[in-house]
Amino acid sequence: MIQKSKRTHWWVIALVLLISLIPFSAFAQGSGPTDDDVNEVARQLYCPVCENIPLDTCGTTACEQWRGIIRDKLAEGWTTDEIKTYFVNQYGDRVLAEPPMRGFNWVVYLVPVVIFVGGGFLFYRGFQQWRSPDQNRKDRKKEKVKSKPSKPSENDISRVEKELRKRSQG
Amino acid sequence: MVAEIGFGSLFISLIVSVYGVIAAIYGVNQHQKKWVSSAQQAMRLVFPLLTVTVGSLLYLLINNNFEVVYVSKVSSLSMPLYLKITALWGGQAGSLLFWSWLLAGFTSAVTLKKWERDQDFLPWVIVVGLGTLAFFLVLNTFFENPFVRYWQVNQDIVQSFTQPAGGFIIGPQNGAGLNPLLRHPGMVIHPPMQYLGFVAFIVPYAYAMASLITGRSDDRWIQLSRRWTLWAWLFLSLGLILGARWAYDVLGWGGYWGWDPVEISALMPWLSGTAFLHAVLIQEKRGMFKQWPIVLIILTYLLVIFGTFLTRSGLLSSVHSFAASAIGPIFLAFIALTFIASFWLLSSRWDKFKSRQELTSFFSKEALILVSIILLMGMLVTSFWGVIFPNISELVTGAKVTVGPPFYERVAAPILGGMLLIMVICPLAVWSYVSFKHLGKLLWKPFAVSLLGIVLPLVGGLTKVPAVIAFWLIAFVLAVNGFEFVRRTRLRRKTESESMVNAITRVFQRNKRSYAAMIIHIGIVFMGLGIIGIEFFQTETQATLAEGQELELAPYTMEYEALEIFDAPDARNVARAVVLVKKDGEVIDEIYPRRDFYYDSSQPVTIPGVRSTLLDDFYVILVDWKAVTSEGATFKVYHNPLVQWLWIGAWVIIGGVVIATWPDKKTSKVVSNSARPK
Repeated sequence: MIQKSKRTHWWVIALVLLISLIPFSAFAQGSGPTDDDVNEVARQLYCPVCENIPLDTCGTTACEQWRGIIRDKLAEGWTTDEIKTYFVNQYGDRVLAEPPMRGFNWVVYLVPVVIFVGGGFLFYRGFQQWRSPDQNRKDRKKEKVKSKPSKPSENDISRVEKELRKRSQG
Repeated sequence: MVAEIGFGSLFISLIVSVYGVIAAIYGVNQHQKKWVSSAQQAMRLVFPLLTVTVGSLLYLLINNNFEVVYVSKVSSLSMPLYLKITALWGGQAGSLLFWSWLLAGFTSAVTLKKWERDQDFLPWVIVVGLGTLAFFLVLNTFFENPFVRYWQVNQDIVQSFTQPAGGFIIGPQNGAGLNPLLRHPGMVIHPPMQYLGFVAFIVPYAYAMASLITGRSDDRWIQLSRRWTLWAWLFLSLGLILGARWAYDVLGWGGYWGWDPVEISALMPWLSGTAFLHAVLIQEKRGMFKQWPIVLIILTYLLVIFGTFLTRSGLLSSVHSFAASAIGPIFLAFIALTFIASFWLLSSRWDKFKSRQELTSFFSKEALILVSIILLMGMLVTSFWGVIFPNISELVTGAKVTVGPPFYERVAAPILGGMLLIMVICPLAVWSYVSFKHLGKLLWKPFAVSLLGIVLPLVGGLTKVPAVIAFWLIAFVLAVNGFEFVRRTRLRRKTESESMVNAITRVFQRNKRSYAAMIIHIGIVFMGLGIIGIEFFQTETQATLAEGQELELAPYTMEYEALEIFDAPDARNVARAVVLVKKDGEVIDEIYPRRDFYYDSSQPVTIPGVRSTLLDDFYVILVDWKAVTSEGATFKVYHNPLVQWLWIGAWVIIGGVVIATWPDKKTSKVVSNSARPK
């Protein structure tokens, strides 16, 4: 009987220890996000107040508060994209490192593409035109040589024969 | 009294500049040399006049004359002498004056050359030089006068240069002081270099305009402006590099380039200037594409003015602040005017400057240079577009957006790769024609050696494909240049039977320009190495430590040893941490990251503690928005591989440009002979 109560006693201690661990791990989860976790998200956002300064390096009080918000959101289990969306909703698209790909913003992405494709095309065309006269002469010769062996078609032959007959009759 | 002298001299400079422009045009129209000579004298006079103005402002800064508004805003009692001198370009009005003074120096220097051969250019060089100077002097005289003072009129404080009725001069006991971020050796030298680069590019532009106006389509304008162009390019490069170094040392984000609009506005003229330098080569060597250098130098000039406009007008912060800025619209008008005038002139002379445009091979030197020009222009247009898009977006949609580093990096990375590839082929390519077969014969050995650039990183555990490609390209460029130099030296030894040292010296002397270009390109490759290191391999971490605690960032560990807090003589409070740097458990260095708090401007500045080697930088900063105590201080730590090569590359480039511009003994003899009266 005594032995049984002792065993129960150990079970209780073990249970208490287990229960005491639960709030501890929850606390650990609460203080979970490290500075590095916060900076990882913050560097993808720009300070809405200062010009062109990423949030992870901005030293203003406002930015410190925003980093605090990121820490809180991470602790609540938000993803990076959710946090970014939250900041966009609060302060507009300018908090993002790049304009989001929608509406008028497409222009910013399309212009460099058009420039490079257009530039490459112009260079190619220019190169074709700028080839030396010698090269062009060679090319023309080649074309002539190519056109020599081509056989006249049946139609052409009959047309020429017809024409010759007409002239001989005339 | 000193302020009156300074302003008086400034105003006279403006009048002299305007007179010079009018006299030069009148002299040409009336075919009267004396008027052109008078304009030339005017151009010589503006430099000493503006030196008096700059000297006056410096006197006011050094002697703490805080009744002058500019002095009170950028200087303070506690600032050391060198910072008071730096304050000359530390604010809007002073920096514009400094700009004008440097331009006056350059334009005056241009007039000192012997003009016998180029009499027809002279008046137009004067018109462009003094015209640009007059524009900046108008800004300084009427909108950004650095000599405006505080006056007390009844109970009000008024800012005015002239004495208002019933007013008397009043000034604060102390000034606000220079922005702490600008109190860095890099920032002391960076603006003068940047401005020197900007204003020096105005000289080749002036020659180009003179060539267009006179219709002289020969290479003379290029020969005359070659050295100016090289120096302009060097100064602009130095300005950019020093700015990068300043950002690395002071801004506390572990990087050197943030694609900030101000940085980009300095990069754009560098891009077009670099393209111009290369286009000039094609014209000089092959007499081809004569319109290209003119288009590129016009662009460079416009971008110089545009860069100054962007940083001075308030347009960068918002289109609305641009409208509120007094000098913004004037700048825009000047840019529009010079744009229209330059391109109208170019179009009217377009046919005259038409030249042979014969490309015989994709691998000829001229074709490769053309591709590199197109790549540079692509980067330029993308940069320009990225800078102005936020304003366009604000105008069209009402909402401002940020165009940050990812946008530019997406374009810059392949362009840098393309440029490296061209640098591989170009030293082996020849002008006019080269076959792929011939090129292949020269390329295979360097190619084989360059494979080390792939093998070594892979053996070292590198898995990032773009980084491996970049390392390979860099190895390829270095191998090609090395092999080419050895090949030429051997050839020389064989044909001339010279010793190795003699052969190397002779080869170098005979092709000075070519080898100077090779050195400059090797410098750029070294810089590329630094860029790859930081872009691909930078790591960072941040944590709050108590004294004695450690933080690891492979391959180093830092230990927060101690903290010292003290007041420095120049009115700043310094919190200086002593940090031990360990590797494999051994202490290998001691560094001192610190945070300076400037009392006069109530602003903190973080100065990193850095352990630098050729392989990497271990970069530690005290995070400036967290408390710093011995119980706990927050450190942000960066590991920046290869970044030192960025700065080494800059020194190599300087060496290359100095060699390129070094006067030739032969040339100077010829010049002196031809100058001798017969």
